Amino acid sequence: MISIRNLTKSFGTNHVLRGIDLDIAEKEVVCVIGPSGSGKSTLLRCVNRLEEPTSGTITVDGIVVTDPKCDLDRVRTSMGMVFQQFNLFPHKSVLGNLTMAPMNVRKVPRGDAEAWGKAMLEQVGLSEKVNAMPSQLSGGQQQRVAIARALTMNPRVMLFDEATSALDPELVGEVLQVMRNLAGDGMTMMVVTHEMGFAREVADRVVFMDGGVIVEQGPAQQMIDNPQEERTQAFLSRSRTR
Amino acid sequence: MRLVRTGYGSNRMSYSALIVGNFTGNFMGNVVGGISDQFFDVKILRDMMPGLLTEAVKNTVIYTAVAFPMSMIFGLLLALGRLSKRRIFRWPASMFVDVIRGLPALLTILIIGLALPIAFEFRWSSVGGRFAEQYLPQCLSLSLVMAAYMAETIRAGIQAVPNGQIEAARSLGMSSRSTMRKVVLPQAFRIIIPPLTNELAALFKDTSLLAILGTFDGGRELLQYARGFANSRANSTPFVAAGLGYLAITLPLLRAVAALENRTRRGPKAANTAAPAAGAPA
Repeated sequence: MISIRNLTKSFGTNHVLRGIDLDIAEKEVVCVIGPSGSGKSTLLRCVNRLEEPTSGTITVDGIVVTDPKCDLDRVRTSMGMVFQQFNLFPHKSVLGNLTMAPMNVRKVPRGDAEAWGKAMLEQVGLSEKVNAMPSQLSGGQQQRVAIARALTMNPRVMLFDEATSALDPELVGEVLQVMRNLAGDGMTMMVVTHEMGFAREVADRVVFMDGGVIVEQGPAQQMIDNPQEERTQAFLSRSRTR
Repeated sequence: MRLVRTGYGSNRMSYSALIVGNFTGNFMGNVVGGISDQFFDVKILRDMMPGLLTEAVKNTVIYTAVAFPMSMIFGLLLALGRLSKRRIFRWPASMFVDVIRGLPALLTILIIGLALPIAFEFRWSSVGGRFAEQYLPQCLSLSLVMAAYMAETIRAGIQAVPNGQIEAARSLGMSSRSTMRKVVLPQAFRIIIPPLTNELAALFKDTSLLAILGTFDGGRELLQYARGFANSRANSTPFVAAGLGYLAITLPLLRAVAALENRTRRGPKAANTAAPAAGAPA
């Protein structure tokens, strides 16, 4: 589904990604973990080219995303992205957030877009908030709306960029539950996260990154419980004691 | 030319001579009475009516009401030009904004109202009759001046919209154009409502600069109208009347700016108490 080959990314002299190779199969849930500054968010953002890769190729669903002639707007509709800071449109109601892309990109008539948006909202369990403004919602609710918004374009892949890192601890659970349901429905997911418990339970595979390279990857439970590499062990023991 | 017709030069001499005379005289006699005669002469005020409202205030409002939306549209185009990735848009827009902001507004008004017709041998009246002569160069020059300032305000507003908003829209597959139209601009305009209101007040006052162009009877704005009366009556009351006319509009506007700024300052805080986690740092 996603195929990343020899991907590098530099900000000036700062080499954030130093040659990444990664394949993600259809319906697979891959969690990317690692210390801050390891390049995991940059890797995720390269997949839908919010970040411009320095070199390498990325193929999503048979389309070479890194090709300069690639129709980015079109490819992006097949990849939903969820951000750490939610990034809901504050001037639009919850429903307005959900109808924005279908109406503007796919030219869906308002009535259909609203019905579709409400269906997505139901998926994340927030039907009663359909007319609320984003500022009236808790962080967890905002993030769930953001997930619903990403789902309105019927993506084939979902990208999560530290979706729970900005949330108060007691609000993390409801967002993870939505993500868990999504994985259960067979969505292909690439999840950058600090939630080791979630990774262990939901992911098919865990990828550990440090210093711009993939240090180790493997089945989720084995990776979390019994990592082979020293750096992975050190990172995991640090995050456990936290 | 027109300037002569409004009696700019000769009357002013006699006017100042009279003022000096009057002042000296008044200081010899009753100082308080002299001041009230000089600045608050009810009879002169009465003579200024109804033209003060039907001509002076009316025209000031017309100039403002036409120039404000025009400068907003033109300012938006300039702002988008300055933010464009393409040089052919960015350079002319930056050049225009910098030059206009670097020139005294009075000079720009003179160039458009007087210098252009002389240089290209046309009369503004020939563009669209008497109406055009009365309003076109005035509104055009004011709009251009205002557009340059407006462009900077709008640009600041656009840049104040968090980058995450653009990323969210683009990640949904929205084009850069519809991201600008549906996501960035609506938020940018909300942000700049207070400074925009400020600029509306500034524009209202700057209509007084149009006095330099002179105009027909019936086309005078507040300051020019007052000046005519001040000249012919050798009295300052008309200026006081004009001042009150400006304040009647600008004071409420400036209060509105303060209120709007208060509201936007409170805004994010109110949102945070409703949603404690919304603003939680990463």
